Amino acid sequence: MSVPDDLQYTAEHEWIRLDGDIATVGITQYAADALGDVVYVDLPAVGATLAAGAIVGEVESTKSVGELYAPLDGEVVESNAGVVDSPETINADPYGEGWLVKLRIAGDPALLSPAEYRALIGQ
Amino acid sequence: MIDQPDPAAPSQAPPPAAAPATARRSPLHDEHVALGASFTDFAGWQMPVRYSSDLAEHHAVRSQAGLFDISHMAEIAVTGAGAAGFLDHALAGRLSALAVGHAKYSLVLAESGGVIDDLIVYRRADDDYLVVANAANRDAVVAALTERAAGHDVVLDDQTDRIALIALQGPASAAILAETPGLEIEALESLRYYAYSDGAFGWGDARADVMVARTGYTGEDGVELYLPAEHAPALWRALLAAGQPHGLVPAGLAARDTLRLEAGMPLYGHELGLSIQPSQAGLGRVVVTAKDDFVGKAAIERGPGDDAPVLVGLAAEGRRAARAGYPVMSGEEVVGEVTSGALSPTLGHPIAMAFVHPDHAAPGAVLDLDVRGSRIPATVVALPFYRREA
Repeated sequence: MSVPDDLQYTAEHEWIRLDGDIATVGITQYAADALGDVVYVDLPAVGATLAAGAIVGEVESTKSVGELYAPLDGEVVESNAGVVDSPETINADPYGEGWLVKLRIAGDPALLSPAEYRALIGQ
Repeated sequence: MIDQPDPAAPSQAPPPAAAPATARRSPLHDEHVALGASFTDFAGWQMPVRYSSDLAEHHAVRSQAGLFDISHMAEIAVTGAGAAGFLDHALAGRLSALAVGHAKYSLVLAESGGVIDDLIVYRRADDDYLVVANAANRDAVVAALTERAAGHDVVLDDQTDRIALIALQGPASAAILAETPGLEIEALESLRYYAYSDGAFGWGDARADVMVARTGYTGEDGVELYLPAEHAPALWRALLAAGQPHGLVPAGLAARDTLRLEAGMPLYGHELGLSIQPSQAGLGRVVVTAKDDFVGKAAIERGPGDDAPVLVGLAAEGRRAARAGYPVMSGEEVVGEVTSGALSPTLGHPIAMAFVHPDHAAPGAVLDLDVRGSRIPATVVALPFYRREA
């Protein structure tokens, strides 16, 4: 199960790539595999202001529904229309083309390191 | 992201980090591990939920073939001079009228008329039946049959632990069976739906009897193969190898659930249960009230009541599926509840089964599905959603 070393994570199985004040957010390969084939994605709109921990979207597979939580406080600056049109991208490339949203954040977020996330999922 | 597993689903995601120590394993467990399966706990068994992708496995069954391990199903042999009369008393159907070599879908009813389990009954001889029950209801079925056996000349033998069950489903099934080395089946070509044939698998001392039944739970043509547990891994591997040129893939419980939903087949605990009479689920024809007596007859004759909810199919547009437990609305009124729902992989739109008030059950009625606070219009449609071309 891939847990890239250059990302940070949440206990809700999201990954975050920090680049200055822009955070790119997706779900981990562990989460994508557990969900099964993703068939529907609902993402927050550009301009939306998110509060860490709030439910901001959905990732739905043939078998179950996952809620997307905002991992950080921030404003949505980009939403990945590609995964809305082709939800299977999340399974195929969760850390690349399958990213979900980009947020402009303020402050220092408290996130899990790759090692901490690996421990969480038992790897 | 936090998962909210569909309570309807045999799969739950994310899977538990470790299966319960008490989980039972299929005789094919090592095969599934070798194939890279993801497992789920189902009725106390650790069973494969998928090998590659739910959708790929689903589509393979519709277009070519899929191989399922359903060894968790319960097999109970009912033998003895009184077997036919006993089953007429214990079950909803007239099993005494079932011809040897054939199978029948039937129900174990409670005195209340509710359903203890749905099952398939095979007649192997005048005085020899095999009852196949759901894994989750094994104990309840054995208890009900044991209690009802009093005064009947029958012997009940729960053979679940000794019998493996492999389902080969899909349009390529017959070709794959014909090309599987070591598998011999009498009169495969003329085998009718809901009939079975005697077969054998293996060579010399490693040869086992196989019951090849033209039954299944996917809406496709195919067979279910019953054989001694110790011979199952060799047959599983032989079928997979013979099926490879035909596009056969191993398929898990997740694909099995979307396939059976498209085929409009009820799942116990969702479309069937103790509080549901068969007629509510569209299974009135399974109950033979012309029989002198059977457990549940009085309640069935009273009926579930005019206002009792009835099972309908619902078809919606878009991609958001309603799941088990979601409300069905007419205006601001809750008129029913979804029992199973998914985005249909074959049809490409959401489908659901639901119990709704009979006033809203006519095909063509437009209702709303409450999908986590959003209203999604859905039309009542006849079941099944999908029917294979003859």
